[in-house]
Amino acid sequence: MLIRRRRPWDMPESAVTPKEVYLSRRAFMAAAGAAAAAPALLAGGREAEALVARPGVREALEPIAETQWSTVGPNDKLTPFEDVTSYNNFYELGTGKGDPKANAEQLVTEPWTITVDGACGKPGKLSYDDFVKPHALEERIYRLRCVEAWSMVIPWVGIPLGEALKRFEPTAQAKYVRFETIHDPKMLPAQRSGVLDWPYVEGLRMDEAMHPLALLAVGLYGEVLPNQNGAPLRLVVPWKYGFKSIKSIVRISFVEDMPQTTWAAYGGGSEYGFYANVNPTVDHPRWSQASERRLDGGSIFSMFERRDTLMFNGYDDVAPLYAGMDLKKWF
Amino acid sequence: MVLTQRAFWEARGRSPALKPVVFALALVPLAELALRLFGLGLWGALGVNPIESIVRFSGDWALRMLLVALAVTPLRLLTGLAWPMKLRRMLGLFAFFYAALHLAAYVGLDQGLDWARIWADVVKRLYITVGMAAFAILLALALTSPKAAVRRLGGRRWQALHRLVYPAAVLAVVHYGLMVKADLTQPVIHGVVLALLLAARPALKSWRGRRRSGAEGRVRTAGRGL
Repeated sequence: MLIRRRRPWDMPESAVTPKEVYLSRRAFMAAAGAAAAAPALLAGGREAEALVARPGVREALEPIAETQWSTVGPNDKLTPFEDVTSYNNFYELGTGKGDPKANAEQLVTEPWTITVDGACGKPGKLSYDDFVKPHALEERIYRLRCVEAWSMVIPWVGIPLGEALKRFEPTAQAKYVRFETIHDPKMLPAQRSGVLDWPYVEGLRMDEAMHPLALLAVGLYGEVLPNQNGAPLRLVVPWKYGFKSIKSIVRISFVEDMPQTTWAAYGGGSEYGFYANVNPTVDHPRWSQASERRLDGGSIFSMFERRDTLMFNGYDDVAPLYAGMDLKKWF
Repeated sequence: MVLTQRAFWEARGRSPALKPVVFALALVPLAELALRLFGLGLWGALGVNPIESIVRFSGDWALRMLLVALAVTPLRLLTGLAWPMKLRRMLGLFAFFYAALHLAAYVGLDQGLDWARIWADVVKRLYITVGMAAFAILLALALTSPKAAVRRLGGRRWQALHRLVYPAAVLAVVHYGLMVKADLTQPVIHGVVLALLLAARPALKSWRGRRRSGAEGRVRTAGRGL
């Protein structure tokens, strides 16, 4: 007997929200505002989505396909746009949490070229449009767990990473994907400092990159990605610590050997390993990862309670990727 | 001219307003923190992660107050003014006060009074261990700060105990440095200031000593000349 377990992340919103409400949601929300839309959506149990409304700060992204996945539960309130875009780790724009927003204009994202090279049949240098436009944009509401023991819930807009990578026809030698952030010390003064070994490099094993949860985000809250969040194109790997989700990508390489990634190499490996899967049982060398503080825009009193960190940040479906691996060793 | 300036500054020290004014200044960070709690901060806000902000803010001011208190003796040695010493105990107690606030914010707000988790942090995490050690020293110094404690301990033993403020300050800077992830700028700045303040003591003492013996030498030579 075939038992198909229903996985929270492969439930399209249309499956849980009445179709009329779902199809008209964007127009309805824009017209009536989040408060009016809330009762109908709450009936579908999608509290978080009831709050998605365009802040009107950046250019709107259109059209967004029907495949709109939410992977969050009733206790996962969306982190307000203001908080998502003003509390960032993006050392290219400064090491303070507020620096990336303050220095956002240093990053010039037009024109933007993405180089794809390495073990693939169709390498190339693509403009942002050539890279992104062939794909339908999807909205994905994911939890983001930072290695610093705080977390957010963010409605990303992007394209599935696996589908984007397949276009370049990776060969059998492609065992890993290596990503590189823009490196331009003239434009980004922070890159003249030695805080990190520039450029920022991240990587995924090929099967991780092909997992349907992995996303290349181009926006959030229905709008073009703000620079401080890694415009114009960034990775989102929700079952790994936030630093794996590399920002402002300029190069994607298919490689045979595990790439040397920035934080894994930092301080002789004193921070984290290559995998960096969210794992409450493996502590950071300097703090516990067993619990986290959800940053949801609430008052200090509502944030008092820490919540338990979940294995793979609650995205259990990725567990088979690591079958047989000792995750205390490969952290 | 030098004498009149000196007299001017010495007169400042005799002003009855000196202590209350410094006391009020040392409370400004606390007032700012209270304003931020209600979203009214004059120099910033608690922001997206308010609990982290409170822990950081109180920790920053504990370290700054400690450095200010440690600047008193070098200031006296440098200027020869006696009155800064009258402020030393109060400034030290303010350093303790902000450190206690910092610890309370960590224990109460950040860890939610989860004692098992806190204890695990203290024994497992070096920066917490180091921070706790620094606080334990400051606590001992605060408890023995009243004049009665000086009398009971005896001057020499009291002074030996209170020299522990130097290792406490070093531990506090190390605690800061171990805590940050990559950007060591702030811990290094505080560490350099501390190093200067500690090095200034012997340097200024020997400079004072040389000046005094030099002055005596000149007096003797002058006497012989007469």
